[in-house]
Amino acid sequence: MTVTARETILARIRDAQALAPAPAVDIPRDYRTDRTLPDADRLALLADRLVDYKAEVHTCTADRTSEVIADVLRERGVCRLGIPPGLDRTWLSAYEGEVHTDSADTPAPELDALDAVLTSSAVTCAETGTIFLDASPDQGRRALTLVPDLHVCVVDLSSVTAGVPEAVSRLTPTRPTTLISGPSATSDVELERVEGVHGPRTLAVVIRTDV
Amino acid sequence: MRIGLFATCLGDTLFPDAVRATAVLLARLGHELVFPPDQTCCGQMHVNTGYQREPVPLVRGFAEQFGDPSIEAVVMPSGSCAGSVRHQHGIVAERYGDAALRAGVAAVQSKTYELSEFLVDVLGVTDVGAYFPHRVTYHPTCHSLRLLRVGEKPLRLLRAVESIDLVELPEADACCGFGGTFAVKNADTSSAMLADKMRHVTGTGAAVCTAGDSSCLMHIGGGLSRIKAGTRTLHLAQILASTRTSPYVLPSTPLEATR
Amino acid sequence: MSTPTYLGMPALPPRSPYGTGNLRGDRTFPKAAHDELRNDQLRRNLGKATHTIRAKRLAVTGELPDWEALRDAGSAIKTDTMNRLPELLEQLEAKVTEAGGTVHWARDGAEANDIVTRLVQQTGSDEVIKVKSMATQEIGLNEHLADQGIKAHETDLAELIVQLADDKPSHILVPAIHRNRDEIREIFRAGIPGVDPELDAVPAHLAAAARTYLREKFLTTPVAVSGANFGIAETGTLSVVESEGNGRMCLTLPDTLITVMGIEKVLPRYADLEVFLQLLPRSSTGERMNPYTSLWTGVTPGDGPQNFHLVLLDNGRTAALADRIGRQALNCIRCSACLNVCPVYERAGGHAYGSTYPGPIGAVLTPQLAGMDASADDPNSSLPYASTLCGACYDACPVKIDIPSLLVELRHQHTEAVGRAPEKLAMKAAAAVMGRPGVYRTAQKAAGLGRALAGRDGQISHLPPPFNGWSASRDTPAPPRQSFRAWLGSAEGAEALRAAAEEGVRSRTEADGPDEEEQ
Repeated sequence: MTVTARETILARIRDAQALAPAPAVDIPRDYRTDRTLPDADRLALLADRLVDYKAEVHTCTADRTSEVIADVLRERGVCRLGIPPGLDRTWLSAYEGEVHTDSADTPAPELDALDAVLTSSAVTCAETGTIFLDASPDQGRRALTLVPDLHVCVVDLSSVTAGVPEAVSRLTPTRPTTLISGPSATSDVELERVEGVHGPRTLAVVIRTDV
Repeated sequence: MRIGLFATCLGDTLFPDAVRATAVLLARLGHELVFPPDQTCCGQMHVNTGYQREPVPLVRGFAEQFGDPSIEAVVMPSGSCAGSVRHQHGIVAERYGDAALRAGVAAVQSKTYELSEFLVDVLGVTDVGAYFPHRVTYHPTCHSLRLLRVGEKPLRLLRAVESIDLVELPEADACCGFGGTFAVKNADTSSAMLADKMRHVTGTGAAVCTAGDSSCLMHIGGGLSRIKAGTRTLHLAQILASTRTSPYVLPSTPLEATR
Repeated sequence: MSTPTYLGMPALPPRSPYGTGNLRGDRTFPKAAHDELRNDQLRRNLGKATHTIRAKRLAVTGELPDWEALRDAGSAIKTDTMNRLPELLEQLEAKVTEAGGTVHWARDGAEANDIVTRLVQQTGSDEVIKVKSMATQEIGLNEHLADQGIKAHETDLAELIVQLADDKPSHILVPAIHRNRDEIREIFRAGIPGVDPELDAVPAHLAAAARTYLREKFLTTPVAVSGANFGIAETGTLSVVESEGNGRMCLTLPDTLITVMGIEKVLPRYADLEVFLQLLPRSSTGERMNPYTSLWTGVTPGDGPQNFHLVLLDNGRTAALADRIGRQALNCIRCSACLNVCPVYERAGGHAYGSTYPGPIGAVLTPQLAGMDASADDPNSSLPYASTLCGACYDACPVKIDIPSLLVELRHQHTEAVGRAPEKLAMKAAAAVMGRPGVYRTAQKAAGLGRALAGRDGQISHLPPPFNGWSASRDTPAPPRQSFRAWLGSAEGAEALRAAAEEGVRSRTEADGPDEEEQ
């Protein structure tokens, strides 16, 4: 009977552990978890961190959502906008350009022809300025928020956590999840950070303070 | 206090002035010095070069020489030797020693100190009554800084020295490139590190570059001597031992000597 | 403790097979460093880059009041992972399979290369796009694929620079750290078909040129190969941490995704990400968070690759695991903080290490994965000595790997295995002298004879091999006339100590005296 690589590797690990037994360890989790911050502080922290990593920040109340989105898109000259199938259509009431509703069978090159994509978001971490997308119907499949050059993302303040542990605890592990902190960037040339490589070169975040 | 003085092999043989200064300083502070005559070497060079069997007699010798319970503290003018006693003797004893050696090592480890941490932590002094009217820059040696965590202690001692002109060394926490046998096995890389350290030292315009380890000072001083820099090296203990009554007289630098 | 399922004595697991992959240079560290040190451009590039990143890292780690607690947690989670590796890998396999992925196991690099090649061939494609991956660099996957007629396109900017220049990576995070912007512009002008001949050296323009060049490849290539930063046993979730979006492109657009992951990259729980997503970016690029992190679990219908393969790689990792002290190196999360703070790396650069893993972590990981005594003058046996043991790496490590202690341990293993005969004799002799106080005192007196070597300034300026490298740039003071112990035993010494004690008494009396009120 042939021994599989799987059996061999698992046997090697058990051999290694027998040769060098290690005492069990207790994991100290004394780092900060379950932090809460007042709305105003979370908003200020998030805005600061987003701007620091060169994202555009727009703050508004829910009743002005469509207006602010339309302004952002107009300012950027967006004519062809992609949206996920579950997006709240009322957000587009003031936008006058074309709208392409994404579906799983839209080929990637067609996404490349879009000027921008507009989505919602799942969770956001204020301390790091990180938006978590979990591919829910209002956020769409991962390719949609990747290929177009401008990503306009709506973040509700109620979904903003103080730190990373609080954000991770709100995720659903089985969903494909993308963490976004600012536009794509690289530090590969002399470790100097420059924004804009393969992912969207512009990230515009619309924070709704009363949702 | 009854203090066991460990001269270190390098200090005893090549840099006795630094050990003398340590002895004089501790005597001036009113302490009783014990010098176990059979002391030799901590074995650091062996362990750091990959040899752990060979230094077993050295580890045993250290524990025996300083094991006397009437010795309240073992003090040495070297961060790396103190680091070796505290961090390496246990490894050697665990691997190649017996239960008696392990116990002896543990007993002596807990009372072993590098000079600056002994002064500040154990004796609780920062002003040792020293006088040194020269421009000085301080290089924190790696083992003092990152193995023993002496932190600001040597600087606190230096700041309290009367008439000293203490100037900050740029990139002070960068290694000078010594690393024991590293400077021999990887002489090119070591020289490149030394060149940068010397550039920072001479840039301060200090007359003296000081540190808590004669080994690193031998390295930096050897380089400064070669390029005939105006800065010389002096062990921290020599600055702290200098007083108005018995001031340290800076010898003429090689540059001045050739004039 | 789980019950062992094997019978008989445990066997030492094998290292990565000799002569395969990229875990061994062709010359020793001192020889390679000797040449690299002469490259002034390289020295300037490295000095600038490492100083930049050090400042950034210190700023963002200093921001977190619980940074040390995060390090403690990260270290313990990784140690716990190594303790429970078999069960965690089996759990990871079960979860990935449950989520529609296929798990493969590779005993070494050659087996992993074969598996990946076969999987690519099954798709019918003769091209793959790649996310920067240390594991695939380690096993030499690109070279193997090329031999099989499959072109691998590196898509990370720095990897692209290295690939276009037919160069080798010199840093874990920034493989082209040894190149400056002007060199990169020249590489792009020569290597990217149809690039604007007027392309300048502005980093943003260089990045834009890469974007244009690679976009078509992302949109049309049906297979991608990636590594993984973390694999979560509890859920079967894989993770890639990146900046440019090339990772997201590779992980999202192709039909088939093949991920090669070292077995040590597994993490027990999804919630453990809360620790590592804080430790990794801050230690790595000095950012609070890297621009993009992708988390995926098997296959998601209608979103991303519909064929997912995970290749679990040993290639010497189990050999490292069998070392009580050395196994700590497996805790590494490849952040490269230790490279950026290392004074030896800063001078010699990454190529001098000869391995995919350079710098301090490379000096302890490479010899453990691939062995260090496979040949008489094995370059890997020089790696544990490529350090002054200054300890900067240990302080910077987000999972607190005690690299200096590991280096000392590997030096010990090396001297035990072969030793360098003359050095071993010298060490024995030195220990014999030091171990006998009487002999030591005699030798100490004899050392005074060294005075004869010194010039008029009391300095020795030339020493014979092996000390000639030392004396090339350093003087050595002649031994003094009198040792410390001789002074201490002399009337002069006794008088000096008596005088010092008296001076102390005098100054303390003055200080305590009624006239001294300023105290």
